[in-house]
Amino acid sequence: MAGIEVTALHKRYPDGTVAVDHVDLSIGDGELFVMLGPSGCGKTTTLRAIAGLERQTTGDIRIGDTLVNDLPPAERDIAMVFQFYALYPHLRTRDNLAFPLRAEGLPKAEVRERVDEAARLMRLGPLMDRRPRRLSGGEQQRVALARALVRRPRAFLMDEPLTNLDAELRADMRTEIKHLQGELGTTMVYVTHDQVEAMSLGHRIAILNKGRVEQIGTPLEVYDRPASLFCAAFIGSPPMNLIDVEVADGKLRGQGGLVLTPPPGLPRDRGLVAGVRPEALEVTEPGAERSVPARVVSAEWLGDELIYVVDHGGRRDVRVRMPPTVRFAADAPVGLRHTGGTPAVYDVSTEELVA
Amino acid sequence: MAVSAHEAVSPGPVRDHTPPARRSGGRGRSVLEVALLTVLAVVMLFPVLWMIETSIKENRDVYAIPAKFFDFKVTLDHFRDVFVASGGGPSTLSVSFLNSVVVAGVSTVLATVLGVPAAWAYSRFGVKAKKDQLFFILSTRFMPPVVVVIPIFLMYRQAGLINTQLGLILIYAAFNVPFTIWMMKGFVDEVPPEYEDAAMLDGYTRLQAFRRYTLPLLLPGIAATAVFALIFSWNEFVFAIFLTSSDNVRTAPPAIAGLIGGTTVDWGLVAAASVVFALPVLVFAYLVRKHLVAGVTLGAVRR
Repeated sequence: MAGIEVTALHKRYPDGTVAVDHVDLSIGDGELFVMLGPSGCGKTTTLRAIAGLERQTTGDIRIGDTLVNDLPPAERDIAMVFQFYALYPHLRTRDNLAFPLRAEGLPKAEVRERVDEAARLMRLGPLMDRRPRRLSGGEQQRVALARALVRRPRAFLMDEPLTNLDAELRADMRTEIKHLQGELGTTMVYVTHDQVEAMSLGHRIAILNKGRVEQIGTPLEVYDRPASLFCAAFIGSPPMNLIDVEVADGKLRGQGGLVLTPPPGLPRDRGLVAGVRPEALEVTEPGAERSVPARVVSAEWLGDELIYVVDHGGRRDVRVRMPPTVRFAADAPVGLRHTGGTPAVYDVSTEELVA
Repeated sequence: MAVSAHEAVSPGPVRDHTPPARRSGGRGRSVLEVALLTVLAVVMLFPVLWMIETSIKENRDVYAIPAKFFDFKVTLDHFRDVFVASGGGPSTLSVSFLNSVVVAGVSTVLATVLGVPAAWAYSRFGVKAKKDQLFFILSTRFMPPVVVVIPIFLMYRQAGLINTQLGLILIYAAFNVPFTIWMMKGFVDEVPPEYEDAAMLDGYTRLQAFRRYTLPLLLPGIAATAVFALIFSWNEFVFAIFLTSSDNVRTAPPAIAGLIGGTTVDWGLVAAASVVFALPVLVFAYLVRKHLVAGVTLGAVRR
């Protein structure tokens, strides 16, 4: 087991596209580290560079104390699980699992012991004598995970391993992976574009955009205080409301008369945007205390909650998360009120968090 | 519940009473289709049938007027003449058939050996100006080959490749490599690169991963591509007639064409030689027909 240090990683393809733009990551020993971002943000390239499947243009990668820049993938002592499961189609499950061990040249008895152990961990008993084409997607992915396990690597690299599974199975596998990682205590780098996966799995999350790291933090930090407007718009469903504000009389004032508590140390000379989570707002009866007049544009009833889209005279409509018991009709005049604490505030020009 | 289940089943027989107009219309259409297809098949296949018939007729039946379709004496003399010279020993035609086998076979192997790794590289690696390179490779096939016959002839004369099997092998391989690269790239694109990634993590080098995992999955595609290349080389006529002059180097197409044009034409021999010439490709295409169809559709429909 080992931590992974990525220093000033830069990857430029021959055609000139920059996939990874000076990324620094410091992944702790035993950490479940998630790289999250939209497609083309460089997360997979970074992972492949760690694996050794892609050679970085510049920058260093260390696994444990070893500088692995020039090591081929097999000598980095890592295991990788792919979105497409990449099980060898002509081998039965048992042989698929044993394959990397045989390639290492381990004695037969140890191969069998390790294969059985991995099979037990992933509950593969009845699947051991089948070929991949006779396994369902979920089963294939469990075999792929087991194949990563048998190596007992210093780190697991997961490249969107759950993307091809259906929603229900994905939730199950998510729990399973998290449990497994906790049990084994092996460092895991997990790439996904699914924020729910990232939030529920990661000890820490790195949000990447256009080859750069936008923010690294625990799920809570990332959710509460997104470091940039990109992160604010990316995390959360529905995402944060971004409201144009200005500082006046010691208050943050948005359009339509909305008043927010300002965080300390705000610069006054710049255009500001406040990020307000949908649950930090409240739809009230019109004219309620501290509320501003607004109008319901639409309401999405999701069973356990109601998402109101509300027009309060601002530049954009605002989304509000409400318990399902509170019902306002579409087009009804209502009040809009801020109930949360101090919001995150961003500079419009740099798009970064200022306070 | 049982009743409703029964009712649910009952529409089965009722379906037989679907509107009669539509049914007869469908039957009428299918009769028409069959008739048209039969006409088309006869028109398409008649020359082939006539060639086969001519090859097993005696010469006087070949020239009979009115033509004899069924009541002629079957003879295999023409086929004997294709392979055996009149004075005994191998005929010049049999030599040219052997030449065709060598030239088409070796050029196909050469094109495949060069084209498959190239296609793999273009599919897997970030090659500089990849699209331009691929377009350039394809562009060599834009013009009809006839256009370059004279320049090639002059070059070959300088290089001493005129009237050699090597000369034909090289030119056929040169024509087949671009085709092989393009068709194989389609197949390689279909094979997930993760197989190679996983194999590399398991301790293999890039090339070992390609050989052990990607290559076996590419075999159907390679078979289809090779058959196309083989058919091209086997049938090629223009370069063969320009670049070869002696009977011991000449391939079958110009040799068969050479049979026509004397004072008398032995049509029986021409037909028999043509049948022998057509058979290998037919047999080969039949053997790999499944891969051939897969090859054409896979290569054509890209992700």
